[in-house]
Amino acid sequence: MALDSSDVEKIAYLARLGIDPADIPDYARNLSDILAFVEQLNAVDTTGVEPLAHPLEATQRLRPDAVTETVDRENFQQHAPQTEAGLYLVPRVVE
Amino acid sequence: MHQKTLVELAAGLRQGEFSSVELTRACLERVGRLDEQLNCFITVTGEQALAQAQAADARLQSGEAGPLTGIPFAHKDIFCTHGVKTSCGSKMLDSFIAPYDATVTQQLNMAGAVMIGKTNMDEFAMGSSNETSYYGPVNNPWDVQRVPGGSSGGSAAAVAARLVPASTGTDTGGSIRQPAALCGVTGLKPTYGRVSRYGMIAFASSLDQGGPFTRTAADAAIMLGAMAGFDVRDSTSVDRPVDDYRAGLDHSLEGLKIGLPQEFLGAGLDSGVADAVTAALAEYEKLGATLVDISLPNAALAVPTYYVVAPAECSSNLSRMDGVRFGYRASDPQDLEDLYTRSRGEGFGPEVKRRIMIGTYVLSAGYYDAYYLKAQQARRLIREDFLKAFETVDVIMGPTTPTPAFRLGEKADDPVTMYLSDIYTIAVNLAGLPGMSIPAGLSDGLPVGLQVIGDYFAEARLLNVAHRFQQVTDWHEQTPPGYE
Amino acid sequence: MNKPGAWETVIGLEIHAQLRTRSKIFSGAATQYGAEPNTQACAVDLGLPGVLPVLNAEVVRMAAKFGLATRSTVAPRSVFARKNYFYPDLPKGYQISQFELPIVYGGWLDIELDGGATKRIGITRAHLEEDAGKSLHENFHGMTGIDLNRAGTPLLEIVSEPDLRSAQEAVAYMKKIHALVRYLDICDGNMQEGSFRCDANVSVRRQGSEEFGTRAEIKNINSFRFVEQAINYEVERQVAVIEGGGEVVQETRLFDPDKHETRSMRTKEEANDYRYFPDPDLLPVEIDQAFLDAVAATLPELPEARRQRFIDAYGLSADDASVLTASREQADYFEATVDASGGQDKLSANWVMGELSGALNKAGMDISDSPVSAAELGVLLQRIEDGTISGRIAKQVFQDMFNGEGSADAIIENKGLKQISDSSAIEGVVKEVIENHPKQLEQYRNGQTRLLGYFAIRNRSTSCCASCLMHDPASLR
Repeated sequence: MALDSSDVEKIAYLARLGIDPADIPDYARNLSDILAFVEQLNAVDTTGVEPLAHPLEATQRLRPDAVTETVDRENFQQHAPQTEAGLYLVPRVVE
Repeated sequence: MHQKTLVELAAGLRQGEFSSVELTRACLERVGRLDEQLNCFITVTGEQALAQAQAADARLQSGEAGPLTGIPFAHKDIFCTHGVKTSCGSKMLDSFIAPYDATVTQQLNMAGAVMIGKTNMDEFAMGSSNETSYYGPVNNPWDVQRVPGGSSGGSAAAVAARLVPASTGTDTGGSIRQPAALCGVTGLKPTYGRVSRYGMIAFASSLDQGGPFTRTAADAAIMLGAMAGFDVRDSTSVDRPVDDYRAGLDHSLEGLKIGLPQEFLGAGLDSGVADAVTAALAEYEKLGATLVDISLPNAALAVPTYYVVAPAECSSNLSRMDGVRFGYRASDPQDLEDLYTRSRGEGFGPEVKRRIMIGTYVLSAGYYDAYYLKAQQARRLIREDFLKAFETVDVIMGPTTPTPAFRLGEKADDPVTMYLSDIYTIAVNLAGLPGMSIPAGLSDGLPVGLQVIGDYFAEARLLNVAHRFQQVTDWHEQTPPGYE
Repeated sequence: MNKPGAWETVIGLEIHAQLRTRSKIFSGAATQYGAEPNTQACAVDLGLPGVLPVLNAEVVRMAAKFGLATRSTVAPRSVFARKNYFYPDLPKGYQISQFELPIVYGGWLDIELDGGATKRIGITRAHLEEDAGKSLHENFHGMTGIDLNRAGTPLLEIVSEPDLRSAQEAVAYMKKIHALVRYLDICDGNMQEGSFRCDANVSVRRQGSEEFGTRAEIKNINSFRFVEQAINYEVERQVAVIEGGGEVVQETRLFDPDKHETRSMRTKEEANDYRYFPDPDLLPVEIDQAFLDAVAATLPELPEARRQRFIDAYGLSADDASVLTASREQADYFEATVDASGGQDKLSANWVMGELSGALNKAGMDISDSPVSAAELGVLLQRIEDGTISGRIAKQVFQDMFNGEGSADAIIENKGLKQISDSSAIEGVVKEVIENHPKQLEQYRNGQTRLLGYFAIRNRSTSCCASCLMHDPASLR
């Protein structure tokens, strides 16, 4: 699947990636190359093959319902970009 | 002292030939003198290392020391270290001082190992040459014009250049084995689930696995013994006792059946690499092993499968890097969208962006089945090939990489060519199997790695197979010129 | 609606019930409501680099309980998936939820309609997921503050079939689920704190049409009243749009409880592509029959069964049984009262639904916070039954009990409210009254029978129960 510039812009927006407009053609070419490469998979017949999400096919272990974490907010917020009154600040969210 | 192996250093510490503080100072001195030309380290933690060394010396004196107590090591900058910058090779985390320790960090601390710094790596472990690091490329000590491999390039080069006796790495598609091969050191990627991923910054969660770099297999056995283990904080960690990896190192290889996948020995293989691998296999025959031709018919699917699965997982794993709670934040964001797009646009390098975009694309509506689901199906086919092979052979061998170290910049502009440098290692991650790379020769003065692949949880067997080889060869003792 | 009967409303509800666990769904941080901002958000909840989720056993048990109680299938294998989108209250940039393989699917429950009929509402699925944090829009220099304490609180999202046909049905269904999760003790049901809230998918179609209309999703409604108002508003709006020649757009809307209307959320709908895929940090959850049997053994009696039992065992009317089983707490209270009162079922029912419920309403209290315990109320009812006090006096005693003045017996004793039944004692008292009021006695004997009340009052002032004289006016003769 060859991607054009508008595809790249759409994907970059979904991933919230700011991209220099001048670089978009390069990304379009690189991403198209990569997709062309992975499309080799289409040559394989995978009819009836169960998808494998995890190599060991183990099952989820369950944790007892107990409070085990003590939260040191200061430690976590020490290097945060912007905090106030214990809150993380972001530009105003409009709903 | 820098030419001693970890086993020898541990003996020296016990016998009081030198103290951990002396050993640590010597390492730090060597790093200070030689790392400028190699760029192995992002952060050197001298003060903290000396404090750890002092504590280790006290432990050594009290007789409560383990085999790693007082041994300096370098930690890949992907493992969280409380109070120490953990950058993952990215501008995004340049300001990230981890507020907690990874489980592997904790375990190495508990063993008394002395961390002398955090090593350079491809940004978020995405790369095969260490050229995508925000902190600049690492140079291969065998030839500083060449790459050390990636993504754990700093860790591999630091051991090769004798800056440290051991280091940690992570391997998602070959990121331990490939740089180990290119730098001429021993590297081990354990079975998926053997080493905790908690606090190891995720690239592709279903593939990532931490492991050691050392000069010898015997040293790797000690490192892995400290790193491995069940962790309640990691749902994918396997609850199973850790083997005594040193106990079986000397077992005989008489009767060992080595599978040789024809797919790994065909077109595209550098002749120098092929020769070294052939010679190594002949050594194994001398040790009593028999060689069996096998086939991994779906091996060619590995790289394309990987470049769907890994980007898909990474596109989601890296969404938390949003400039809100930690890490890089663009200045003066106009609104929320601007905060996200510029923080991520400015904080990530081009290769990371490419992979996030590929991952976003293959998961998006209308493409999921064609790419992601298809890749998951191919993944099962790849794993089944290995399972079938292990019904008849004990280990599988072949080259770790198709060529020795390539030149800096040689493949940087062509992602697909770069991706193919992991052609022999990637299938092992997709199947979740343990794999090693051990030094097996030189091709035009550059190291060649032999890859040894084992069945699930057969790390002890791999170490035994590697150790016996290292007892009859001296490739692992070869030192890059200028670093003797 | 302009043309009543011309339009049919189709509603499906997605109810979010916070599961009442001690710790979060994927971390060991506490779930308690109301803590200081970000003091209950650990490294995992904050989505720091390198952290990993581990599933809380209790949420699996609670989901299974819900599944069994709604005759759903509890999936032998379910899978957690990531729902990817960027929002500041979503720390990881994805929400861990369930997509293709939810833990519970294919169940139903019956709701009662006006007039006593019942209607079966399908439950499509119920899946586990993590709650998000909260955005605080107070002005921080024009910025929004993010509190992640709620992030990672376990949620069970209960998705109904589009079987509901009116706002009233939707409310009845929501109330039924509300009562059920509280019966099961898996959710505290506190709607003010957001522990129980819903999204409503609303569409309209021409009466008799088989096809669904385009639906709007009204987000985050946190009271029964708002559900009704929001749906009614939305139905009118959609009908007006269509009748005005327009088309309903598929969108997400918010209900404004002040204006009683819904409005479109200003999000880029077309950009929503959640890119669900199985979470590689978590493995499939497997549930076997032994686990289900163990959960089944812990299931309490469910509302419907209990309602039937109240009718059969206590002889209550269907309506009374419905009222008393509307919440587990109330039903438990009623049964405890019956026990403590020595088996007076109807009296207990009348008192729980009447006096107690009235007093609680007035005080704005829940039955679980009632100052009068069922045991205490039971004693009071016994005192009526054994003739110690009359029903009328009992109401007064109850008020005193409710106001914290002590037990029924203590109040009766201290205030001298005891009804005297020993006839010699009564005679003594009557004699005393008569002797002290000869003039009035004379008048009474001369035919002024209304003076009976006068004697009664006098009698009361001498520490006797007023009614003794009423019982035996002959003593005055």
